[in-house]
Amino acid sequence: MAEIRFTHDHFAHCESGVMSLMLRHHGLDLSESMVFGLSQGLMFAYIPFVKMGGMPLIAYRNMPRGIIKGLQKSIGIKMKMHTFSSPKKGSATLDALLARGKCIGAQTSVFWLPYFPPEMQFHFNGHNLIIYGKEGDDYLISDPVFEHPVRCTTQALEKARFVKGVMAPKGLLYYPEHIPETVDFERVLPKVIRKNAKTMLKTPVPIAGIRGIKALAKRIAKLKNDDPKYAALFLGHIVRMQEEIGTGGAGFRFIYASFLQEAANILGRKELHDYSEQMTTVGDEWREFALTIAKAIRNKKGKPVDFQAISSQLHGIAGSEKDLYQQLIRL
Amino acid sequence: MNTEQVPQQKISTYSGNKKAIYATDQDGAYTIVASTGWSVEEAVTKQALIELERLADKAYQEVVAGTYSPLYFHMYNRRMDLPTLAQSSGFFQWRVKRHFRPEIFNKLSQKAIAAYCEALGLSRETLCSLPEGWKVNNG
Repeated sequence: MAEIRFTHDHFAHCESGVMSLMLRHHGLDLSESMVFGLSQGLMFAYIPFVKMGGMPLIAYRNMPRGIIKGLQKSIGIKMKMHTFSSPKKGSATLDALLARGKCIGAQTSVFWLPYFPPEMQFHFNGHNLIIYGKEGDDYLISDPVFEHPVRCTTQALEKARFVKGVMAPKGLLYYPEHIPETVDFERVLPKVIRKNAKTMLKTPVPIAGIRGIKALAKRIAKLKNDDPKYAALFLGHIVRMQEEIGTGGAGFRFIYASFLQEAANILGRKELHDYSEQMTTVGDEWREFALTIAKAIRNKKGKPVDFQAISSQLHGIAGSEKDLYQQLIRL
Repeated sequence: MNTEQVPQQKISTYSGNKKAIYATDQDGAYTIVASTGWSVEEAVTKQALIELERLADKAYQEVVAGTYSPLYFHMYNRRMDLPTLAQSSGFFQWRVKRHFRPEIFNKLSQKAIAAYCEALGLSRETLCSLPEGWKVNNG
């Protein structure tokens, strides 16, 4: 089977990493943070009525597939996307595309990928990776959240692609059909930055954006009435969504700061450097918040957890983010 | 956060892997640093893993005691809960709950057993029994 030359790289996050690698492979060199910024990836959502593993949905980025969709909108790439009714058809199409020398993006579960160590195997079906070849029964995979390229057997990859349930991938495969040669940064960058800030400030629902952060802060204050064990797991869950799932640190805030810095250099606008620094400070605040929670969980002397203090810390972050977005929206 | 501050704490939950973290270098320019992990992340991942282990242990004992069918144990041992197992097997939650009852599980059709085998990635024999030599850690 044809094997193409594919250059792997290590990135923070699966979907933005996949899109950056794929575009670069096709000659459009956009960094991961640029991809993230262009697709308006920055978000916050706290959705108490959607539960995963008994915990509410907490997200620091937009919806899965949101980065692919966002890029299509902002810079006019066109992606071909396939989902399948059966694993058999899914594997046949994958092999046929590989034979044509394509590198292909795929959505999978994390739990069923054997190259993930057991400590990282959780039921999350929105993972993304690139398949760029096949050797014997092994697919050659570029998974951007891993340092080096990995391999996966046909059977295991089929299982990971066709797992059922929330965000079921249905074998999703994707590859670009059209990629523009250049991006009109002068026009696009201010627009996506303003729009992303607007989403964070002016969501109509009280569970997303700044209002989402505040809603979570309020919930934390009320954790004192919950079972202490549940309260501890709830706090730990927040930090896992912020750090563990591959966010580049501080729930994507550092990636976005990196994007703002890149935008500042491209556009030669000094104020964007200031905004980037402010975003870094916001990220540092999120890291402090995570540290506070870890200390509260680890607390071995049995001191009661000060939920009010953790809640206030999060309200503080909401305030800092709001200040920043109010500047970004006027860009 | 600058590159010097990126934690390199070789945490156990990375199992020798590294994650890419964004930080600023000495000139203030953003760069990617491969991190061996932060103890804060390790604490919360471990917390989640220990909870999953606790649930599996508890389920194991309840299956041994005859309260539940082996399906109940295998669900937790695969790090699932009732909604996840229901969605991945295609049964309604109330039906899965019924299948937790040993007397009903023992009479399940081949088709239903196959659906659970597929969802849990287990052979029929494994699904219908408990693993030998299971060590209860913190039951």
